[in-house]
Amino acid sequence: MGVRLSMQGGTKPEPNLNREIQSKIGQQLRAVFDDIVEQGVPDRFVDLLGRLDERTDEK
Amino acid sequence: MSLDPSLREAVLAAVPKLRAFAISLCGNVDRADDLVQETLLRALANIDSFQRGTNMSAWLFTILRNHFHSEYRKRRREVEDGDGSYAETLKSQPDQTARLELQEFREALAKLPPDQREALILVGASGFSYEETAEICGCAVGTIKSRVNRARTRLADLMSIETADDFGPDHATRAVMTRNSAD
Repeated sequence: MGVRLSMQGGTKPEPNLNREIQSKIGQQLRAVFDDIVEQGVPDRFVDLLGRLDERTDEK
Repeated sequence: MSLDPSLREAVLAAVPKLRAFAISLCGNVDRADDLVQETLLRALANIDSFQRGTNMSAWLFTILRNHFHSEYRKRRREVEDGDGSYAETLKSQPDQTARLELQEFREALAKLPPDQREALILVGASGFSYEETAEICGCAVGTIKSRVNRARTRLADLMSIETADDFGPDHATRAVMTRNSAD
């Protein structure tokens, strides 16, 4: 059928998904995630690993 | 157990992303940091089972996720934590660096079913492949793909309503026009 011409990338499960929104979703998802990642390693975790090291050294 | 400096570095390097994942699971920074701490203690107690040369980050994510789900099941019986309160804790996230325009997105993200949100974050933000994500979540690659697709579709629905202004007054019409012009 003629309709098939427009269905070449037919594996797309979400035909209504606008590419613009899709890329905006990707950007915002990474932005939300990176906001936290950029806070780095809080001191409590550096201290935790340091304490564990000391403890194992004593043994 | 003595912690090899290179392993220690690898563990520390994974912490920022591990925290971001934990916050996305818990919706609460304090609880997320406790979860990360418990994860690190478990990881270090079992560091011998870590296979060198494999992905430290994926290993830690797997431990964190398993721990979260076993704890969450326990706590759910104690406190009935519906989607609503998850969204509330996300909204109140004390994050000065967070940009305001991301708030709507955060709220939309909070409305996703947990398994979809988790898959989307692992694939779309944490930098894991579908295969790695499937290992972390202990399910088939196809399941992850379908969760990610459903998450994206749902977010697109939520965002086309909530941020319609960004895309013009009649986004649906534009979407149709874009499709037709591609024919």
